[in-house]
Amino acid sequence: MDNKNISVNNHARKMLAQNVAFTTFRILSGVIVTILFIILAFIIIKGASVLNWDFITTPPTDGMKGGGIWPAIVGTFYLMVGSALFAFPLGIMSGIYMNEYASHGKIVKFIRMMTNNLAGIPSIVFGLFGMSLFVNFFGFGDSILAGSLTLGLLALPLVIRTTEEALKAIPNSFREGSLALGATKLQTIWHVILPMGMPNIITGLILALGRVSGETAPILFTCAAYFLPQLPESVFDQCMALPYHLYVLATSGTDMDKQIPIAYGTALVLVIIILFVNLLANALRNYFQNKLKTN
Amino acid sequence: MKKVFEKIISGIITCSGFLTSVVILLIVVFLFSEGLGLFSQKTIEEGYTLVVNKSNPVEELNAKQIKEVFDEDVTNWEEVGGKPEPIMVFRFEDMQKYFSEEELGPNYENATACINSLVEKNPGIVAFVPEEFAGGDGFCGKRLKDHTISAGEVFGGNEWFPTATPAAQFGFMPLILGTVWVTVFAILFALPFGLSVAIYMSEVSSARMRAILKPVIELLNGIPSVVYGFFGLIVVVPLLQDVFGLPVGESGLAGAIVLAIMALPTIITVSQDAMQNCPRSQREASLALGASKWQTIYKVVMPYSISGITSAVVLGIGRAFGETMAVLMVTGNAAVIPLSITDPLRTIPATIAAELGEAPAGGPHYQSLFLLGVVLFFITLIINSSVEYISSKNK
Repeated sequence: MDNKNISVNNHARKMLAQNVAFTTFRILSGVIVTILFIILAFIIIKGASVLNWDFITTPPTDGMKGGGIWPAIVGTFYLMVGSALFAFPLGIMSGIYMNEYASHGKIVKFIRMMTNNLAGIPSIVFGLFGMSLFVNFFGFGDSILAGSLTLGLLALPLVIRTTEEALKAIPNSFREGSLALGATKLQTIWHVILPMGMPNIITGLILALGRVSGETAPILFTCAAYFLPQLPESVFDQCMALPYHLYVLATSGTDMDKQIPIAYGTALVLVIIILFVNLLANALRNYFQNKLKTN
Repeated sequence: MKKVFEKIISGIITCSGFLTSVVILLIVVFLFSEGLGLFSQKTIEEGYTLVVNKSNPVEELNAKQIKEVFDEDVTNWEEVGGKPEPIMVFRFEDMQKYFSEEELGPNYENATACINSLVEKNPGIVAFVPEEFAGGDGFCGKRLKDHTISAGEVFGGNEWFPTATPAAQFGFMPLILGTVWVTVFAILFALPFGLSVAIYMSEVSSARMRAILKPVIELLNGIPSVVYGFFGLIVVVPLLQDVFGLPVGESGLAGAIVLAIMALPTIITVSQDAMQNCPRSQREASLALGASKWQTIYKVVMPYSISGITSAVVLGIGRAFGETMAVLMVTGNAAVIPLSITDPLRTIPATIAAELGEAPAGGPHYQSLFLLGVVLFFITLIINSSVEYISSKNK
């Protein structure tokens, strides 16, 4: 009788502890979701009141106290394209090397360590490096070229990792099948491995682009212009960029009351880009997964 | 022909494999070559010298003493190892206060003579003048010996005044402590939340809830740091100012809160992955022995995945340590050693971002910022390596 009571009590205590713990987890998770929701809602509501067609398509006027953000959008677009042109091919090749060429063991481990280290380096250090290498040493000056290359270096580890993961997921039987049919290694990679890995690689590339679009620190000293109403004409021109524009509007300037609404609009455009990138990546992932299943 | 082509392509691919290693090597080379230049710079501003009266026994002053003398914190030579004599500070800009334009001559031709007479007349003087006016025949002052900036002064110095004259102060201590201070608090805030969400997602929630939470966390990770900084500046900073009654809301605390939010996604995803890797058999064994789900989590799942959780925390620290823009916008950027978390402070990345634009290229200020970059680089390198080490130990 007593024994039974004790075990019932024990059980009750156990369940109580579990309930307390799980409720805490639920609440804390709820808090985090709420915080994200507040941040997003705040930016969206405040930004929506300034965001309109004119805001997007006109250059800033009046020393940034009026007008829109068109040059910043164009600048960010150029930087995304520039860094993609640099980082995507190199990153994908590097990923191919790691998964297909490198003899497994120390070399792969070493490269992976270096890639992880590169991924962990703070963005401001990329900014310093980009400034001393591209701006000063190569003499590109503050330019879209220097900014794109710096941002490309930052995106490189993301691209390499994505590629490596994507290729790792492809079963060896496909490689063996292709090689057995007489294809060379390169043919196998080009005609079998890459097409199969592409969906995952593309998802990763899109996320890398999202990351690039929001980075400020690397372009502070390599590319970004404070106020430049005309659009850049060559890769050696400076350009405005959305994140830097937001930073400038929020922290320096003469007329905060007029600048802050523009800052809200800029923040909203940035958030929309990130939202779009994330949704697109998720949609692609789901699409390809479903396709794989139906196959 | 085809074979040659294949060889070439394979060669290119192999080369690109080592790209990241080359980039890291280049980063080290370039950061070091700029940063180490600081140690060959002189304490006193280039082209200038400090002159004292011949009777003054003081031979040299270090950077800190020079600053104290010129800020008039130190007013007697006794305090810096001289005779008891009040210090008279003279800057070159003061010339016209002591001499009329005729005395100086239209192009400062007589400046040397003027300085000479001034130094001779005042036994307690220390004059900060251009080198060209402090020499020549019959110069009766004594030039203080100058020395190069030492590593001890830089890494142990507790004052950061990179543009001070006559001697700029490059003490890294306030910046390093500021960064550590913000990071520690950010992780303290982020850890309970991050672990809770990770446990909830991996052990408690339904699959549908997880499907909602995962994209939310990814989005949290994707939002640019300037947007967080902007949010912090507009919302968190005024809020803290009201709640704690601070004179300025821009403080270490605001930075820590913003950084905590930014470090969360890293902590959550990595530790959740680690917990999900705990084999089913282990959980089932624990449940079969009569343990509750919660007991299983903290007695079986958590110990099993402890190395993954540790990596998550260390990665979160790395993220917080190197974050630039958000911190720059909300911490107030006062380069003093922070005594309380509600004080304004300044981190290493924020210092680089804020000052590099104004620092003349090649000067000591510029070089000191690159040296800060070196410090930052090595700290994150250590953090990353420890993550590698922890996770390799697990396997």
